[in-house]
Parts: sequence; C-alpha cells; structure tokens
Amino acid sequence: MAERVFHKSILRNEDPQILAGKAQYLDDIEIPGMLYAAFKRSDYAHARLKSIDVSEARALPGVIGVYTAEDFGDLVKPGPLQVPPPTAIKGATYASRTIMPIVKDKVRYSGEPVAVVIAESRYIAEDACDLIYPDFEPLDAVIDLEKALQPGAPLVHEDLPSNEAAHVIQERGNYAEAAAKADVIIKKKIYVDRVAAAALENRGIVINWDEKAQMMTIWCGTQSPITLRNATATRMGLFENQVRVITPFTGGGFGPKINTSMPDDVLLTELAVRLNRPIKWYEDRRENFLATTSERDQVHYAEIAVTKEGKILGFKDTFYHNSGAYDSYMMTVPLNTQTHTVSNYNIPNFYTEITMVFTNEMVVTPVRGAGRPQGVFVMERMIDAAARELKMDVAEIRRINLIQPNAYPVSTGIIGQDFVEGVLDSGDYPTALAKVMAMIDYKKFREEIQPKARAAGKHLGIGICTFTEGTGVGPYEGAKITVGGNGKVSVATGVATQGQAHYTSFAQIAAEQLGVEVKDVKVITGDTGAFAWGAGTFASRGATVAGTAIHLAAVKVKDKALKLASKILETPESELELVGGYVQVADIPGKKISLGELASMANPMRGTFPPGAEPGLEAVAYYGPPYGATGAGCMAMILDVDAETMKPKIERLVIVHDCGIPINPMVVEGQVHGGIQMGIGNAFFEKVFYDETGQLLTASFMDYLFPQATDMPPKIEMGHTEIPSPLNPLGIKGVGEAGAIPTPAVFTQALEDALYDTGVEIMESNLSPSKVYTYVQKAKGA
Amino acid sequence: MTQLVKINVTVNGVSYEREVEPRLLLSDFIRHDLKLTGTHVGCEHGLCGACTILFDGQSVRSCIMFAVMADGHKIETVESLGTPEHLHPLQEAFMEKHALQCGFCTPGFLMTLVDYLGDNKNPTDEEIREAIDGNFCRCTGYENIVEAVKLAAKKMAAHS
Repeated sequence: MAERVFHKSILRNEDPQILAGKAQYLDDIEIPGMLYAAFKRSDYAHARLKSIDVSEARALPGVIGVYTAEDFGDLVKPGPLQVPPPTAIKGATYASRTIMPIVKDKVRYSGEPVAVVIAESRYIAEDACDLIYPDFEPLDAVIDLEKALQPGAPLVHEDLPSNEAAHVIQERGNYAEAAAKADVIIKKKIYVDRVAAAALENRGIVINWDEKAQMMTIWCGTQSPITLRNATATRMGLFENQVRVITPFTGGGFGPKINTSMPDDVLLTELAVRLNRPIKWYEDRRENFLATTSERDQVHYAEIAVTKEGKILGFKDTFYHNSGAYDSYMMTVPLNTQTHTVSNYNIPNFYTEITMVFTNEMVVTPVRGAGRPQGVFVMERMIDAAARELKMDVAEIRRINLIQPNAYPVSTGIIGQDFVEGVLDSGDYPTALAKVMAMIDYKKFREEIQPKARAAGKHLGIGICTFTEGTGVGPYEGAKITVGGNGKVSVATGVATQGQAHYTSFAQIAAEQLGVEVKDVKVITGDTGAFAWGAGTFASRGATVAGTAIHLAAVKVKDKALKLASKILETPESELELVGGYVQVADIPGKKISLGELASMANPMRGTFPPGAEPGLEAVAYYGPPYGATGAGCMAMILDVDAETMKPKIERLVIVHDCGIPINPMVVEGQVHGGIQMGIGNAFFEKVFYDETGQLLTASFMDYLFPQATDMPPKIEMGHTEIPSPLNPLGIKGVGEAGAIPTPAVFTQALEDALYDTGVEIMESNLSPSKVYTYVQKAKGA
Repeated sequence: MTQLVKINVTVNGVSYEREVEPRLLLSDFIRHDLKLTGTHVGCEHGLCGACTILFDGQSVRSCIMFAVMADGHKIETVESLGTPEHLHPLQEAFMEKHALQCGFCTPGFLMTLVDYLGDNKNPTDEEIREAIDGNFCRCTGYENIVEAVKLAAKKMAAHS
C-alpha cells in the first residue's frame, strides 16, 4: 500500500524557493522596453473636477504620456459588476453604481485617479504626477452612514434619489411574535469599524502586448485570474485565449486582490496596446491604503428576545452597511453578515435588514472575514448583554442555545452570498464549546483564578464565543491533472494562490490517489494558459472546491492508469495498485510499470488509437457544491488589562476549530494563526479612519497600527473537532477566515469582564487604549 | 537630467561599480539595478521591514536609505544565505516550523534574524518577539516564526 499523504502535516513544496529569495513576485518581473505607470489621485473625497492641466507633466523628459479621462474615450464608463445582485431574495432592491476607471467630472473618494502617467521609470512617472494640476470644486462629503440617508444629504451619485445603495430584508419565523412572548428584550446599538487587508505585497500589474502574435500576457497577483482575463478580453474585443493571465508568487491577498476592472487593469491594458510597450504598475503603500478596497464599517441596531432562563426566542438586527463610493462587489459582505449572525444558535425567529449606503470613502469589498466578523460580533455582544441582564454565566447562556449535533443538515432560511438558502451541512458546536472550556479551565478561572486576581487588584477577564464560517461556496472550480513522461504529475487549477500552501495541499490530494511523492507533484494555480476555467480564491473556498475538483481529476487519471496497466501487465485492475510512481501487481514485487512509461504509451505517436479513448494520462474534472460547507469553532481568551493605561495583555487564547478533515493540519493551524492575528488587529489596533471631510487619516503604517509580534499572545492553544462535510468526498471545509471571525467579539467580552468594577459596556470593535479609557470614564459618570 | 554619482558597493561578496541618481533608494538599487529581487518592498517608509538587509553586518531597512549611502560599504541580502537545494539553518528552521506562508515578508525576517542570532545565540521567546517586532507578517501570527528562531538557534549552535 502507498503511504497516505492526505491528512498529514507535510512540509511545503514551495518553501525552499521562497526562502532562498528565488520566488518571483510581481515587482520582480522586468521585460525589455518596459514602461512604468503612476496615478495622479484626488486629494478630495467629493469634488467636481473642473479642469486638469497636464502640460507641464507631458513636457518632463522621460515621460511617454499623460492621460486623463478625455484621452480614454468610451473606456470611461462604469465597469462590470464583480458579483451579481441579490435578485434571489424577494423584495431586495439595489442600485448598481460600479467603479469608474478614471474621474471624468466628479471625484467620489479620496485617492480616486484623475490622470495616469507612463514614463521610462517609476521615479519619473511619480515626478510627473507632481506636475499635474487638477482644478477641483470641493463638495460636502458623505461619511456618516446614518446622516447619509437623511433628506438633503449630499449625494455620492447624483442620478439616484438618495445614498441608499441596496435594501434587503430576510426573516425566518416571526420576530414580533417571539418578542411578545419574551421575558426580556434588550436593544443595543453596535459599531464595527473599517480595517485594511494590508497584505505585505501591494497590488500591481504587468502587461505585455505581443502585436505580432496578437496575444496579451498579464502578470497580476489577482485572486481571480479568470475574471481578469474574461473582463480584459471582452472589453478589448479579443477572444479569451488571446489573453493569458499569470499569477506569480503573491504576497498575501486577504480579499482586495479579488477585484478586477479596477482603474489600473482597465487603463493600463489599453495603454500597453496603444503604446505597444510592456507596462508595469506596482502600487505603493499609501495608494494601497487610499485606493484599493477595504471592509467592515457597519452600524447595527440589534434586539434580542429571551426567556428568563436565557433561551433566545428571537433576534432582530437592522443595520447599515458602508459600500464606499461604488458597489461593484454588490452585497457579498452584508449578506455574509446576515448569514453569520445567528447561524450557530437555535433561534427560530430572526429578522435581519440591510441598508447598504454609498459614502465618499474607498470602495468596500471583502477583507478576510468578509461580513462574518460583524455578524458574530453583533450576536455575541447581544448574548453577553442578555447574560448580564439575566445574571447568567456567559458560557452557559451560549451552551443552552447552541444547535445540537444531531440536527444537521439545518436550513437557516436566510439566503447568502451564493444566492441559495443557507444550509449548515455538519458540525458539533456543543463539543467545541466544552473542549474550549476544558482547555482554558473555565470553571477554575471563574472560581479560583479570577476572584484571587480581583482581590489582588488585578483586572483579569475572560471571553468565550462561538462562531461559524460559511466556506467553500459555488459556483465551481476545475482541475486538470497530467502525468508527464518524466513520471511526475502536473496539477493545474483556476484558483490563484496568495500563500495558502496550495502547491503542497493540492499536491497531497493528487499524490494520495496517484501514489507519487508530494514533491513530485507540480501544482500550477492561477495561470489561464494552464487552466482556463474557474471563479477564484475567495470565501475560504480554494481547498474545498478546487481541492475536490483535483481529487475527482486524480481519480479519473488513476482509473486511466489502471486500465492501461492492466492490459500491459495482463493483470485485472483489481489486483493493481499505484505506489512510488509505479502501477504494480499487489502481490508480485517487480511486476510493475512506471507512470512515466504509461503516460508515453497513453499518447501513441504512430499506429492505432482505440475509438472513444482519450490520449494521455490526463483528466479534467469540475466540482460545484449545492451550497457551502460550514466550518465552526469556539474561542476563549484571558485578558490582563492595566486599569491605568488600558493596555490589554492577552494571557491565554484558546480555539477549537472544525474545518472537516484537514488536508494538511500544519497548514490549517497556520491559517488559523494568521486569522487570529488579523482579528486581534481588528479588535484593538487597526482602524481605517476617515475624518468628516473624507480625508483618510491612516494612510501609512505609522498611523495604521499593524499587529506586531509583541502584540500577540505568547501561544495560541488550538484544538480540533474534525466533523467531515458530507458535501464532498474528502470531507473538507474551508478555514481561511476562521481566526479573524470570533476574535473581536471574544476580545471585547474579555475586556468588559476585566474592567468589571467600572460597569463598562463596549458595543464597538476597533478599540484603542484611549477609546477604552473614554468608555470607562463614561461608565463611571466622569 | 540629474547628475549621476559613481558608487562602489560589495553585495553578497561581489563588487559592483555603478552610476546612480542620488535619489535612488537602496532597495530599488538592489532590486532593479542589481536584479537581486529577494529583497522585498512592502511600505517604502521604514515600518514593515520586508526590505531588511545587512549593511556592514548590521540589519537595516534598505527602503529608507539611498544607494549612494552604500558607496564603499558591504551589503548582504537574502540571496547570500542559502540556495533552494542547500538552505541556511535559519531557512531550514523556517521551513520546518511553517514560519512562512506568502513568503513576502520572509527575506526581511531572515536578514533581521541572522544579525540578531549572531549577537544572541540562545534567545528567550520574549527576546525573539522583541527582535522581530520591526518586521510585519500578515499571514503567520508570528508564533511559528518564534518557534523557528528557537530551532534555528539550536541548529546554528550545532553547526558552529
């Protein structure tokens, strides 16, 4: 039997190349004759562009061209929707106002491009930007989500009657009836502020138009190479196979790199053809903060209806979601908020209402978590408010409301980002809660450690929350697996990789079936020349959806190899096995043929070919789930807060997580670690801050506090519950966003508990020492 | 046109004579003039640490230095450590402890740490966290990096 390589912590195939500094990232690509782009961006968030003087910039030596809206003609129009509107939801209304490639007459967010410079070097291109003089007529900016909807508010899009971008109501059961039966109803206003994805590598693009071959090659660290190729081809009147998108090594994605038809790819593909020269643009950090995309900003009015025993009868959540200046990504984020608010609790009556709002801020699209952290934050904070009111233990009130393990599949009645009614496929939430309580010694903490600490004047608090993570959504992914004459295996899939170890985990899936070593499987992700179909890397779906397609393709290749080997070895298929790069007769050592030889024989160059056969040891397979696989977990945290400075120290952090059967447990743990780091940042350090005029005050790492090594807990203590998903043959669920989802809720809960003597209640994430201090002063009535 | 300045720099043991603009960043010089693209640029304002190199043996951020400042000096970049086939013990430790994901920040960590482990051969967890506090990583949560540094210290002690 071949050694099992699936469900095993195998070191990464990609690491030696990366560690030696030999991995090619976007800005490492140089092509002879290449030109460099820089964007002139608006300093105003909301303004009319009356005129723009580029004459001085054009005269600068080394400048090839300076282009404004008038130079792009028909190209200057709203781009395509990245995500369809939620027409599957009854009564949903929406206005689609998609991203413009360049400002024609009105600026809608600070950082929106008004001109693009192409020059012989990036330095010269940036010099030229300083010589461009736009004449703006500033307008009042739309920043506050609720004020934006008041009559008379300035309009982001003046052809619309208001700044409302969309409105969706979903309800299961009947909240009003539930509320009438409740012993206690609690109402709170809850804020979740905005964060940046802040991948260490910024966005960028390199374009090479080969006029003679009539082929465009685009290198881009996009999460969605197929979409980029399709949109480019459609816009330029080319066939899809005339545009090849290659994703080089990519320095983190976390959401914003999913966007295509952005100003850069729209304008620079056009200019690369027009100038017939390769063009590179690599965003700088300030541009990344100003003019890529970011997420989270929501204001919730939540209501929880409970019995005096703590049973939740109903939940009502009416919230405002900031869409930023445009809504090309439609409603993925707020729909995720809706689906993740009550998903793990058994709450028969749930009313949820989204009002999506246009503002003069950077466009909002998913950032790791993508609406889920908001839903979980709102729910968990409300449960804590109920526990406080009922004088119940925060773990107990959760325990008695969790969905039970025998209930699956559970229909949620709420339509999600994939436009089908949510179904929880599998899970065991009570066990996760119990495990976390055991790991963190919850009882001992409450009964011994905390009272002792409090008696000694210490502010030690605990938080414990549960969550789900909808993952692995449709539509589909595919894969092509080919055995080479060299006996090694090539796997190509349409999703792109930004650090998730696909070069290893996907190789494990293929190697498991084909009996080769993991290092002998070469995985190609995100090269449309290698695999031309798919949707992209988002919603923690790569491993689940593309991984399943790889498994299905590997099974097909294995069948082909067995069939052919059976003829050659004159042995029934049932007696053959794939081991060590050979197909061999199970009981007769030495009676075998290598996969490489079989691959060559499967592709005869002369002679005859059986009717109906397909050449090569190669197969393509596709997989599309009916709905996503739902991961879940429980997290607890102990915080030690300095009551003078309000500086919190995370003493312990425990998480129990279920992502089904992990392909590579080491990689899963790494994903959870990274998510938790982002969650800690979201809870306490990071905040994208706009002032009332729409100026971004956090456009550098000096102002935007990125969580550092000393901000993290000494150790993340992790446990797992492995509940296989019944939706796919490998039992996989996604994990990419898990860590980021519960952390702000747990942190805030622990913070309140630590500051118990102040009576403070904090219904806000993205805190800071000064903000906590203000809350405490307010609670004290100071 | 700006006046060019002639500089002599030794990078990874190779001596280079080049004419550069006075404003050329050292990071751009290393990456684009010398084509040593293992050094990465994440912020260009000296905060993220991805561009860290050794300058006369000391770890520094190459994005907030000019190339002309390197005239007559010695530089080491990540390419000086090991090859994919023969990794440096620190690189091996990063691989074995899964201390990298996207890998973009990794060269900066490695260069900070080869310097640091030269001075402190047996650091505690807290000391390691202090040592890497000036290097940002968005993927790993740092814990596996701390583990890798401890393993690297052991490996390097065994090698010396």
